[in-house]
Amino acid sequence: MLEIRDLKAGAEGRDILKGVTLSVKRGEVHAIMGPNGSGKSTLARVLAGHPAYEVTAGAVEFNGKDLLDLDPEERACEGVFMAFQYPVEIPGVNNSYFLKAALNAQKKYRGEPELDAMDFLELVKDRLQVLHIDDELMRRPVNEGFSGGEKKRNEIFQMLVLQPSLAILDETDSGLDIDALKTVAEGVNAMRSPDRAIVVVTHYQRLLEYIVPDFVHVLSEGRIVKSGGKELALELEAKGYGWLEADAAPAGARG
Amino acid sequence: MSSVVEHPGAGSVERYVAEFEAAADRRPAGPAWLETRRRDAMERFAALGLPTTRDEEYRFTNVGPITATEFARAADASVDRAAIVQHLYGDAVAAEIVFVNGRFSASLSTVGTPAAGVVAGRLADHIQTADAASLAAVAGPDAAFTALNTALFDDGALVCVPKNLVLEKPINIVFVTTGAAQPTVSYPRVLLVAGEHSQAQVIETHIGLGGGVHFSCAVTEVVAAASSRLEHYRLQFERPDGYHYCRLQLQAARSATFLSHAFSLGGAIVRNDLGAVLGGEGIDCTLNGLYLADGDTLVDNHTTIDHAQPHCASHEVYKGILGGRARGVFNGKIIVRQDAQKTDAKQTNKAMLLSGNAQINTKPQLEILADDVKCTHGATVGQLDSDAMFYLQARGIARADARALLLRAFAGDIVNRVGFEPLRERLDGWLLAQIPKDAV
Repeated sequence: MLEIRDLKAGAEGRDILKGVTLSVKRGEVHAIMGPNGSGKSTLARVLAGHPAYEVTAGAVEFNGKDLLDLDPEERACEGVFMAFQYPVEIPGVNNSYFLKAALNAQKKYRGEPELDAMDFLELVKDRLQVLHIDDELMRRPVNEGFSGGEKKRNEIFQMLVLQPSLAILDETDSGLDIDALKTVAEGVNAMRSPDRAIVVVTHYQRLLEYIVPDFVHVLSEGRIVKSGGKELALELEAKGYGWLEADAAPAGARG
Repeated sequence: MSSVVEHPGAGSVERYVAEFEAAADRRPAGPAWLETRRRDAMERFAALGLPTTRDEEYRFTNVGPITATEFARAADASVDRAAIVQHLYGDAVAAEIVFVNGRFSASLSTVGTPAAGVVAGRLADHIQTADAASLAAVAGPDAAFTALNTALFDDGALVCVPKNLVLEKPINIVFVTTGAAQPTVSYPRVLLVAGEHSQAQVIETHIGLGGGVHFSCAVTEVVAAASSRLEHYRLQFERPDGYHYCRLQLQAARSATFLSHAFSLGGAIVRNDLGAVLGGEGIDCTLNGLYLADGDTLVDNHTTIDHAQPHCASHEVYKGILGGRARGVFNGKIIVRQDAQKTDAKQTNKAMLLSGNAQINTKPQLEILADDVKCTHGATVGQLDSDAMFYLQARGIARADARALLLRAFAGDIVNRVGFEPLRERLDGWLLAQIPKDAV
């Protein structure tokens, strides 16, 4: 589904991703871990098409299409969803109106019939419950005045409504207390299916207790330095990232 | 008088004076006081001369193109109802008073008797009556274009709402101008008189149809008697090469409530002068404004709120969206006179610049002579939030739609204050059509 080959990218003249290669298949859950500044969030944002980042080399294929050639909205319509690490507040734009516009834009792109207001309300009702989101939040401007936890739950709620085929969660666990973390994980797990893939970007192993990954990759200084199964996350929790960074240096020298 | 001679616009001042004299016997018959007032106004105009950027009030607003143009009075013309139907409200309003090129159009107007005692119609029909004497009651400020209108206006709209009457539906006043090969001018005039404890809403729309240069030089006078509540909507759709001047002058008495909603949605050079004199205690004055400009156009809003008496409140919010090489000017003057204790004045101006070449000059101007007052002001100039743009796009919303969504949200703050629902709904469509195009 997602094939990343030797991806190099940066921002403001600074190299951040220095050759990332990763293959994600349908039905899989991948966790990308790594210390601060390793490039985890950059990878998520580059995949979503954030304009602040420049891709300097490599390729990304999504369902056979050149993902890097698509605008951010086209990527979303193709089924890529990124849950933002810092969801943006948009004053004056009603949360419900925004999400309906997004859903219908995606439906239109795919040639599916658009939803009217009634159908839309029906669709969102159950999903609001899964995430313990108050109806009232839907009538407020997008993320404006939301608590940190509300913002993160709103991201996962949007994901449940938009039903992407590839979900990239950028540090969705940061700033969440344990109850909110469980709620968010429940929402993500509800999305797991043989047709979908999920990429969880996180600094801590904590979230992975609830969203159990099939693969864990460690990103360090812009490269994946180690890949393994879910047990790798536990190893990282116990030993930290230091031992991998020490390993990475000679690997880099060899490369 | 030497300053007039040196004035770069002196040539056109002479033209206007000559026109005034030549038209003396063609002017609609009116009371003697009106002719006197016109003469005084023409003298003031001749003494002031047309404004230049050397005038403090026009520092950022070059009206040179208006000064340099020789305008002829717009000729009689007829306009299809279809051409202006989007500015008519039918049964949703109490009366529609339509002028084409400055002349009353009986066929486009629907002027019945909105309610017992209400006068809503042509100024010319009522100029002899006692109520119309209020025309002289509003102290006209010393401004050249205002004086020019007073000297030269032919006709206009008059709305008088008697004491204690609550008019449920708004009254709609429309000024249409048509295209012409030669530059033309019109002088729209409106007088609104709200009696004690009366309530009314008035929509005033200015539309420029067709091509060619046109100058609308408009004055609206508002007299709000004690405890009246008057809501005034002003919509300005000048054609792209049109010039527009507008003076809205309010004289409010004790405990009156006045709300102004001013939308400037077109024109090459637009200058709005809004003056509100709060001449009694307990007046509540709200000024909302929204202006859009694109290309090489200029839109200037000068507002003055004169807190002359204690315990008055004023709330002013103006917002602007500027694209291309458009220029915006906002000057918000608040005067709090020595007696005006317990004044509560709040002013906000927010401008959004959509291109690197658009610019805004924004200036609050507070003259506070009383000591127990609350006055706040704030101005912000920003750009389209790129993080918000990416957020919307990342959810599948196309760039152009995301942009429109954010701009409507910015403008929505002003649009949502419009209480008359049919107008609020139409405004959303007009804004979408008028929002400056993407520079990309």
